[in-house]
Amino acid sequence: MSFDLGLLRTYGVEILVAFGVTFLIWIAASALGMIGGFAVAVARRWGPAWVAWPLRAFVEVIRGTPFLVQIFLLYYGGPFIGLSLDAVPAGLLGLTIYGSAYYSELFRTGFDAIPKGHLEAADCVGFSRVQMIRRIIVPEMTMLVLPAMVNMTILMLKETAILSIISVPELTLEVSSIGSAHYAFVESFTILALAYWALVELCGWAGRLAESRLSRYRFAHS
Amino acid sequence: MTWELFELLLVASIKTVALSGLSIVLGFFLAAGVCAGMLSQNVAARRAGRLFVSFFRGTPLLVQLLLIYHLLPRVGIDVPSEVAAVIGMSLCTAAYQAEILRGGFGSVPKGLLEAADMCGIGAFDTFRRIRLPIAVRLTLPALTSELIMILKASSLVSVVGVIELTRMAQDLAASTFLPLPLYAAAGLIYLVINAVIASIGAIVERRVARGHA
Repeated sequence: MSFDLGLLRTYGVEILVAFGVTFLIWIAASALGMIGGFAVAVARRWGPAWVAWPLRAFVEVIRGTPFLVQIFLLYYGGPFIGLSLDAVPAGLLGLTIYGSAYYSELFRTGFDAIPKGHLEAADCVGFSRVQMIRRIIVPEMTMLVLPAMVNMTILMLKETAILSIISVPELTLEVSSIGSAHYAFVESFTILALAYWALVELCGWAGRLAESRLSRYRFAHS
Repeated sequence: MTWELFELLLVASIKTVALSGLSIVLGFFLAAGVCAGMLSQNVAARRAGRLFVSFFRGTPLLVQLLLIYHLLPRVGIDVPSEVAAVIGMSLCTAAYQAEILRGGFGSVPKGLLEAADMCGIGAFDTFRRIRLPIAVRLTLPALTSELIMILKASSLVSVVGVIELTRMAQDLAASTFLPLPLYAAAGLIYLVINAVIASIGAIVERRVARGHA
């Protein structure tokens, strides 16, 4: 049993393309999930009750069920209600929906942690609601939720591997098909694990860097 | 979607619960060891513990399962896919639980340990009467979420051929051509199990908190 690194050279281009798919889906779903999650959190907190309740149910259902079941429901069940999506858009949509539920919870705890006095002060000096969100809530909350956001974004990267099950041509699918073509499962999955590991560590490192940068910034201005 | 189909899903969900429960318990013991390693004075043990946690938290569970599933027969260990699945899930949850435990033990107030030392309470008794109960109380909510996480993650063992809830829904969806109601029903069952776990967790937390108000 030896590591056949020759496989890496033979399939370099394919692996690189698959890595690109993983990376793009990860970044796109994380960004869209953050936007969606922010909207959900804002609507749940300041929206009317008939909006807040269904959103709460949405968040609970997404957080209470496996991502794999959600993606199966969307990809295989969708066509029965007129939602026929190819694997890649289905995967992107599914991961975005999944992410927005989790991100919204992070934003929600962030909102709760903002000192009430700051909001009252902003109200007193005549900030509009938009100004309050932009000038007080978003910057303060960013500091509060950043570590959890980094963790969630790392989780999103790991969840992209699950999209291989609905045949999204990302890294896990590509590497397993190379593995099965050459009957070199152990080698290919080891390399695959190492690749994810490196990316996760890199992401964690970037998060810690951003944290220290931002906290420095906050201290400089307070 | 008939009652017969739903019943098959319910039966399969027993396997989901059993595999998850077994993995959580095995993972806890492994995590206790890993946590002890991370908190020990020995540099090698600390490094090994941290490397273990970093690897199993830094790679997708799906990839870990696929790797273990193919690695075991390769090194001459032929086990049913259920065993491979439990090994994979235990290793993964052990990494998460070790981090949780480390956080719990790290949050025990130093003053209490110093006070115990002052009173002449030995290291073992300090651990048993002070550190352990406080750490358990602090980590209970996180351990409950970890149990819910692993229950959801157990859907991935369907990929290595274990017929649990998700795989049963998948097989039935393929044969009846009713994916929408079947996956929705499977999701509902997961939701109910998780709600039960969450409320049991809340009850246990209240119980434990009451003794130490």
